[in-house]
This record gives sequence, C-alpha cells and structure tokens, in this order.
Amino acid sequence: MSQHLIFLPILLPMFAGVILLMSPFGKTKTNRRFTSLCLSVLTFIASLVLLFTVKADGTQIYAIGDWSAPFGIVLVADPLSTILVCLTTLLGAVCVLYASSSDDEKGSFFHPLVHFLILGVNGAFLTGDAFNLFVFFEVLLIASYSLLMHGGYKRSTRAALHYVIMNLVGSAVFLIALGILYGVLGTLNMADMAQKVSLLQGDDIYLAKIGGLLLLVVFALKGALLPLHLWLPNTYASAMPVVAALFAIMTKVGVYSMMRFYTLIFGEQAGELSHIAQNWLWWLALVTIVMGAIGVIASKDLSKLIANLVIVSVGSLVALISVQTIGSSAAAIYYLVHSTLVTAALFLIVDLVGRQRESVFDRIEAGPPVLQPKLLGLCFIVAAISVIGMPPLSGFIAKVWLLKETVNADHSIVFWSIYLVASLAVLVAVTKAGSTIFWHHLDVQIKPEKQKMVQPGQLIALIILLAGAPLMSIFAGSLSEFSLDAATKLHDFNSNIDVVLTGGLK
Amino acid sequence: MELLYASCIGVLVFCGVFLILRARTFPVVLGLTMFSYAVNLFLFSAGRLSLNKAAVLGYSSDYADPLPQALVLTAIVIGFAMTAFVVILAIRGRADLGTDHVDGYEVEKQLKVKKTRKAKKAKKVKS
Repeated sequence: MSQHLIFLPILLPMFAGVILLMSPFGKTKTNRRFTSLCLSVLTFIASLVLLFTVKADGTQIYAIGDWSAPFGIVLVADPLSTILVCLTTLLGAVCVLYASSSDDEKGSFFHPLVHFLILGVNGAFLTGDAFNLFVFFEVLLIASYSLLMHGGYKRSTRAALHYVIMNLVGSAVFLIALGILYGVLGTLNMADMAQKVSLLQGDDIYLAKIGGLLLLVVFALKGALLPLHLWLPNTYASAMPVVAALFAIMTKVGVYSMMRFYTLIFGEQAGELSHIAQNWLWWLALVTIVMGAIGVIASKDLSKLIANLVIVSVGSLVALISVQTIGSSAAAIYYLVHSTLVTAALFLIVDLVGRQRESVFDRIEAGPPVLQPKLLGLCFIVAAISVIGMPPLSGFIAKVWLLKETVNADHSIVFWSIYLVASLAVLVAVTKAGSTIFWHHLDVQIKPEKQKMVQPGQLIALIILLAGAPLMSIFAGSLSEFSLDAATKLHDFNSNIDVVLTGGLK
Repeated sequence: MELLYASCIGVLVFCGVFLILRARTFPVVLGLTMFSYAVNLFLFSAGRLSLNKAAVLGYSSDYADPLPQALVLTAIVIGFAMTAFVVILAIRGRADLGTDHVDGYEVEKQLKVKKTRKAKKAKKVKS
C-alpha cells in the first residue's frame, strides 16, 4: 500500500471527479457538496501523509505499470513537488468548502471540474516525464477552461476565448519543443534528459537550445511572465472569485516547471547548455514586476488589482529562480506558498465584500457601506499586510529572504530598486483600495432581502487561508529549513538522477 | 523525402499562424487546427524519417522508433478534444457577444457609432 501512496494525490481527485458525475453522489445538492468536501479533505490528508513520508525517507519514486525509469513513466515525489501538492490539495478543499455555500449552483458540474483541475495540477507537480507533464497540463487546462465559464457571465466568454486560444497555441509550441528535445536526446524522462544534455555535440547543441528556449516560451505563458502575461488580468477578474482563488495555483505550475527544467536539465551540469534561460528569466522578471506594479496602481476593480498582484508575485518568483543558488530556490519555495495562500484569500475577500456592496460590487469607489465592516475589514487588513510584505506576517519574511538572496546576483542594484519601488506602489494602491471600499460610504441602504451576510462555510474557508499568514511567520524557522532541504534536493544533480534512474528498479 | 516533409510542415505552420492572427473566430479555429496538424507531423519526424523499417513486433534488427508514434497518437486525441471545445466556445461567443470578432466587438462599428454621435452633437450645438 505504502508504495502506491505517491499515486493517491492523482488517483483520488480522478475518482472524486468520476463518482461526482454518477447518480447517488452527484444527484442532489447536499450529496454533491458532502461527497466533494469529504473527498477533497481525504486528498489533502493523503498528500500530507506523502509529505511526512518524503520528509522521513527522502525522495519517493513510483514507476507506473512497473516500467522502470527511462522507458516507462515515473512519478517523482521529492520535497519540492510534495509541498506544492499539499498546497494544491489544501487550496482545493478550501475552495470546495467556500463554494458549497452558494457558488457551486450557479452552473453545472462545479465539483467534478474542481477535482479534475486538482488532478491535473497534482500530476504536473509529481510527474518525472516531460511528455506526461504536457498531458497533465492539458488536463488542468481543459478543467480550467470550463471552470472559467462557470457562472456564465457574458463578459467571461470573451476572456475565456482569449485564454483558450492563447493556451492552445502554447500547447502546440510545447509539443514542438518536446519533439525537438526528443529528436536530439532520445528520451523524455527528465532525469535521463538531464544526463544526456551534457553529452550533446555539434549541431545538436543548438537544436537542444532551441527546444529549451521554446519551453521557456510555454512556461512563461502558463506562468504569466511579461510579454505573455496579458491574458491574466482579464481572465482572473472575469472568473468567479472562488474559481480565481483556485487559479492562484495555476501560474505556479508554470513557475514550478521553470524551476525543474532550468535547474535540473539545463542547470549547472549541462555543459554548453548550462543556464541557457538565466539571463532571459532575470530581465523578464524585472519587467514583469514593473508592469505588474503599474497594473496594480491602474486597476479600477479590486479583482483586477489582485490579478495584477499575481503578476508581481510571478515576477519576484522568476527573479529568484533565475539566480539559481540553493538559497534562492529555498526563498522561492517559501514565497510561492505564501503568495498562493494570500492571493487566494484576497480573491475570496473580494467576493464577500462585492456581494455586500450590491451594485458597485468590487469597483474601487464609494458605494453602499459593507454590512459586516469589522469582520471583513479585519480579514482584508491581515491579507493586505501579508501581501504588501509588512511585519509581522509571512509576506515580510518572504520579502526579506528574497532581498537577501538577490543581493549577490549581477545587477542586484537594479533589481533592489525596482522591487522596492514596486512594493511601495503596491502598498499605496492596496491601502487606497481598502480605505475607499471600507470607509467611503454613500448614504444608500441595501434592501433587507438583498443583504448577503457571510455564511459560516465561507468564513471558515477564508480563515483557513488567512491563518497561513501568521502561521507561516510563527513557524518560519522549521518551514525555512524544510524549504532549504527541498531546494538542496532540487539542486543535487547526481542524487536526483541516481534516485530516479535506479530507484524505479527496486 | 525530407525536403517534401519539411516544406509540408512549413506551409502548414505558415497558414496556421496566418489564420490564428485573423480577427474572426472561424479562421482562428481553422488556424489552430492546421497548426496542430503541423505539430503532429513534426512530432512524428522526431523519431527520424525512415523507409522499410519494421514496427516493433517480434524480432527485427532494424525497426522504427515507436515512441514518437505513441506521442503523436496522444497529441492527436488531445488536439481533437481541444478543437471541439474551442469550436463550441466560438459558437457560444457568437451568441453571447453578438459578433464573431475575437475581441467581442466590432472596431469599425464602434468608430461609426462614435462618429454619428459626434455629428449629432455638433448638429444640436448648431441648432
């Protein structure tokens, strides 16, 4: 049983998605919600168990169908991917809980789609095979296309159309890149690719370089890095907020793939191809932060503002990845978990505030007073302090760590100044938005039948996400040690390859 | 054979990219389809083009690489599903937005509306 543990975070959501489509479990509203919640919590528990196993026994390998590593597909659960799987399943459970209050009935098949999305994301984190990564990308994308349309506002059709077309082109480019890499390397297993990249000679080096940089285009599209980030603000702002909260993990899939490919395969050991993407990533990250900050200031809706905050966080993450030291990767892991939790929480707050302001919804302008100003205001303050990066919450630690790790990089002065100015811009914009929404009232009262109070399920979901901010700063010591451990494993080239290529045989 | 194969992929990519950059959803969908055909052909050639080689069945010293064929099969299935989805989405977009322009509104129409509004205003001011 324990050897199949790695497969559970993929198998359970698939099982959940399928049985939720069938009669006794998916028939009535209560059945659906109960089954979906139970199974998402079960998935979270399974991934927590996997996390503790990986922490105790080191990286786990699962050869699907018992076909050993370079020939068959393997799943690799190292600390990095397991942390992200835990984060995904936690986010999934929270979103299911939140949506169970009312949002899931605005369209059909919300619960199965959420589980299929989790299946795709978990698969993308766990797989050790480049083509399998593509397949899981498609699984999570098709679930996200349908979730984006959930709720069915007219304005979301346009955003969905752009999102789908962009991603279809991205998938095609992904396949071309994989074709080139397979053509020169003769393998698609990531560990085996890493081993063979350094042995390339002659023209094959240039072909592999083309393949590697085409992959950068794809991951930049998924992760919303600068020239390819334009789809993100509209998509996230037009999706239902709970769906947008779930999507907070999706840009991270692109960032995670960059980490894997450009530290493992095109990392230090890759001979002539080592660090091919480093320069690109560094400068693109800088410009992404600038554009994100401009977007944050210019946003007129709270949801657009948060979508632009996602872009800023992607920029910071990619800057950390491009430094490619163990410390910077560890900081990136900590930052990634922090930013996912806090953005998801912010999207949920937008939803709750928007419902209570009736016609103005989440526009940053004076409107009817929020019905529960103390509760929602407190939640907003916690999330805002964390996202801006002020002490004492997790954002501050993430930010200090980020600055510490980038201090020795080339052109760090440029980065520091841009990053700090961008943080200031974020501070100003978030403060202005908060004070406008909570303190500028019009003398309008909403009719009692239209008043929407916060439901207990919604509040619990929000508090779980918000609790991440103080908890991550209280337990910062052990968490940072664990992310350092994960980063060390990520950078340890030889043990990575040994474990994957021989571990599958045992 | 290589030249023919490569130029075939090239022409398909050219047409695909050209059509994807058009402003109506129907050409865009056609473009995506052509692009994915080109990608499938390209993936197939990743195992090197060869004549008279056996498939991996039984024993043969000289056989064709089976993996790209499996990859192409997967890519075809996924591409097919995605194309079906984008067609439905395009139809829905046409119904929801009232136009098949990818931006959801007609640029020329909007300009015309603005112009007529301006003209009307100018008339009012004059009268």
